[in-house]
Amino acid sequence: MWDYTSKVKELFLNPKNVGEVENPDAVGEVGSIVCGDALKLTLKIDKETGTITDAKFQTFGCASAIASSTALTEIIKGKTLDDALKVTNQDIAEYLGGLPKEKMHCSVMGREALEAAVANYRGEEKPHEAEERIVCKCFEVSEEKIRKVAIENHLTTVEEVTNFTKAGGGCGSCIPDIEAILKDIWSVKIAPEKPRIPKKLTNLQKIALIQDVLEKEIRPRLQADGGDLELIDVDGNKVSIALRAMCVACPMGGVTIKGIEEKLREIVSKDIVVVEG
Amino acid sequence: MKPIYFDNNATTAVAPEVLEEMLPYLRDLYGNPSSMHTFGGQLHKKIEEARARVAALLGAESEEIIFTSCGTESDNTAIMSAVESSPEKKHIITSRVEHPAVLNFAKHLARKGYRVTFIPVDSFGRLDMNAFMKALDDNTVVVSIMYANNETGVIFPIQEIGEILRERKILFHTDAVQAVGKIPINVKELPVDMLSLSGHKLHAPKGIGALYVRKGTRFYPYIIGGHQEHSRRAGTENIASIIALGKACELAENLKEEIVYLSRLRDKLEKSLIERCPDVRINGDTEHRLPNTTNISFEYVEGEAILLRLNEYGICASSGSACTSGSLEPSHVLRAMGVPYTAIHGSIRFSLSRYNNESEINKVIETMPSIIKALRTLSPYGRKPLKC
Repeated sequence: MWDYTSKVKELFLNPKNVGEVENPDAVGEVGSIVCGDALKLTLKIDKETGTITDAKFQTFGCASAIASSTALTEIIKGKTLDDALKVTNQDIAEYLGGLPKEKMHCSVMGREALEAAVANYRGEEKPHEAEERIVCKCFEVSEEKIRKVAIENHLTTVEEVTNFTKAGGGCGSCIPDIEAILKDIWSVKIAPEKPRIPKKLTNLQKIALIQDVLEKEIRPRLQADGGDLELIDVDGNKVSIALRAMCVACPMGGVTIKGIEEKLREIVSKDIVVVEG
Repeated sequence: MKPIYFDNNATTAVAPEVLEEMLPYLRDLYGNPSSMHTFGGQLHKKIEEARARVAALLGAESEEIIFTSCGTESDNTAIMSAVESSPEKKHIITSRVEHPAVLNFAKHLARKGYRVTFIPVDSFGRLDMNAFMKALDDNTVVVSIMYANNETGVIFPIQEIGEILRERKILFHTDAVQAVGKIPINVKELPVDMLSLSGHKLHAPKGIGALYVRKGTRFYPYIIGGHQEHSRRAGTENIASIIALGKACELAENLKEEIVYLSRLRDKLEKSLIERCPDVRINGDTEHRLPNTTNISFEYVEGEAILLRLNEYGICASSGSACTSGSLEPSHVLRAMGVPYTAIHGSIRFSLSRYNNESEINKVIETMPSIIKALRTLSPYGRKPLKC
């Protein structure tokens, strides 16, 4: 049995904003009955101010899908379209006091319905389906969606991607594809810079330079993804670091360390070895 | 609040008589039956009494019963033993609607180089006998087909399959976890070589199962260690639970009245829900079905939502929807039957036991229409005037 918060239960049993607004200015439909959940969002929009004056939903799905739909409509009512678009799936999940991790895709569906409705209002065309690369054929999830949701939610494992997008949750044949996408997003990328040829450094200078590179180049990138690291020791060319925060449980840890090593070799010395210690 | 429990294919209440019978062996009589002292050694006799009771329910002989830890272990053991007894044969036949204990074990063997044929079922959940006949070949080492399906209650033609296999001298295992204790089974007349059962599906506790192995069938143990169960299943005996299973089997010997009682309640529930809710369908072959099970699809609504609303009234059931399966895919059984997705996601299984009564059935009949109506109001599908 799912561990739903009392807020999810409350909004599932007593949903708000159910139905369709009359003569809607915007309609967003996402999901399908085959996939097991679907959401139709209708909006009334004040054309002068661009404010959402009313929002209603119809949802086919489980308790968390229905509660997420109420959360979405409650959050966006009274907001301008631009402000509404800033609402993330995390905001929806937070409104509900959190969702079980396997159910995060319900919050993503809410956010998608909003985007679809706004695009519908603005007369923007949906990206042509034929042009999108569908990665997960069971649940028709595109590479674009996987990238977007993974970056927005700092997803680093296939399991997380499945929880948030359903991709990979069917036959599983797209799992290597998802792994490749994640690797592409999260490996510490080294910008092709002109190699700075390291001079002969004293030990003290070397340690200072290593600290400098870690502080200015590596840590900000890790922190952007919710991770961090700490310099433990420098012994000759052996640099001991400890991964912190999100990096600790991150299966890409090995890749991260490799990336750090490359960077230090480039700037400090080609003999640098980075170890986790 | 006492639950209104209609999820007996998932697990059952331990019968009071069973609990009473097993308790002394959890309190005072904790000895090891393999010991030389009377305190432990005397328990050996109790195990044999329990074995005789299990054998009696199946029409088997005592030495044909091996105690295991659960239905899954029995299934795994049976298939593995069959495979090991004829190492030159590499083909296994099973069905697409088996319990994961057989299905995933077969897939596991497929990864190890075995060829596995998964026999399809028709839209009523009945085994495709033509496909089955075609699948048989000289390389087939074992056929494992369930006696009755856990989700739909559909009963398979085990007698017919067994006769075909006996003629061809192919080993036959049946996972009878959902059948034992619900319908009469007599292995004297039933041509099966191995049969699995599970205690907690017939009012014994969880953690005890048994495997029937017909005399003369080659057997290779799956769990290897001590000499327990005549070296056919190692591990110190789960005495209290073995005794419990024996008692539960004894209680299940008189099924006639129970079958009449349960099918009457089940049929009333089914008929009333069809009358009161539109866009409803029964999944599975109602002619050949366990007396306690019904699988009903409420179209355009999602099963987890139905279950959680039922939960508010203390009503326990289960669903084949994706959201409840722990994976994102809905029931493999209903998919194999070709049930449309609109109906799979809204499928609800009610499974009864002798402890259910008519007023509980009435409670579900009263509650269900308003739940379905409320959820259909929420749903973007099936927009048409609803009577429900």
